[in-house]
Amino acid sequence: MERREWLSILARAPHARLSALATPFARQVRTLRAPETGSVMVRGRAGGTGAAFNLGEMTVTRASVALGDVVGHGHVQGRSKDAAMAAALVDALMQGPDAAKVRAEVLQPLKAMHTAANTTRAAKAAATKVDFFTLVRGEDA
Amino acid sequence: MNDLGGGFPDPARDGARAFRAILDAMARPGRIVTVEGAHAPGLSPAAAAVALTLCDPDVPVYLAEGASGARAWLTFHCGTPFVDKAECAFAFGRWDALAPLTPYRIGTSEYPDRSATLVVEVDTLTAEGPCLTGPGIAETRHLSLPDVDALRGNAAQFPLGVDVMLTCGDRLACLPRSTRIGDA
Repeated sequence: MERREWLSILARAPHARLSALATPFARQVRTLRAPETGSVMVRGRAGGTGAAFNLGEMTVTRASVALGDVVGHGHVQGRSKDAAMAAALVDALMQGPDAAKVRAEVLQPLKAMHTAANTTRAAKAAATKVDFFTLVRGEDA
Repeated sequence: MNDLGGGFPDPARDGARAFRAILDAMARPGRIVTVEGAHAPGLSPAAAAVALTLCDPDVPVYLAEGASGARAWLTFHCGTPFVDKAECAFAFGRWDALAPLTPYRIGTSEYPDRSATLVVEVDTLTAEGPCLTGPGIAETRHLSLPDVDALRGNAAQFPLGVDVMLTCGDRLACLPRSTRIGDA
């Protein structure tokens, strides 16, 4: 698992679940950047040329911690400072010797949860799918 | 990696306090103020506070030799881009590494504000030395300066020129280009 992948999982995780899963891994960390909430401009690309456009602003909370020599950064949606600290801690742990354990006990459940939510939503959307087709017209017969 | 700590413990209040102190020092050239709370590798506490207060991703910074230990710290805390002398808005380092003043931006007649500010680390910062007069100084004030001739030449370019901040430990004094430098 690459760092961008686990940071992405952490950023989208539900706050309560993330904090709960990270609790057993609580460590003594040094806070480099205390949790702070701000807004981030989300940009997207669409259209043939792929020029970037501003999709809108979203609220993001970030924090950075040092665990020994390792620095962990946490960015989460919304304004939960606990979740930002938990995400930073998990990021730091993922770069250390406990990576495998953290992956199995924190990241995999969060990822499974995210996948399940996506599948459910996709299934609900699929149930409302309408197929359009053209009836054979008289003159083509 | 672990030297990324040392930001303001209470960013909003410490930042406001440091901004006020820097503003005060710049408005009253030669007055020595204290700015505390920031610690960076390769920079004095006062210079680190200046960086935290005034630098952000829109402020190009030049780091002189000797201050390059602060590079990762500035990236983490301020997100500043690093450029060379000719393009920087802020330059950090010791006087020997920053001098001469010629490569820095001095602004243009239309936009004299498009100039560089030099944050110079000095070993001693005392109210002794050349006599300063000009805006913000009631009568005269004295300040220890690293290179009187170069700074006098800078002042002669007014309204163009660079502004200088002198830092020593957690103390800071400013020498804007508007200050005229007399004899000791």
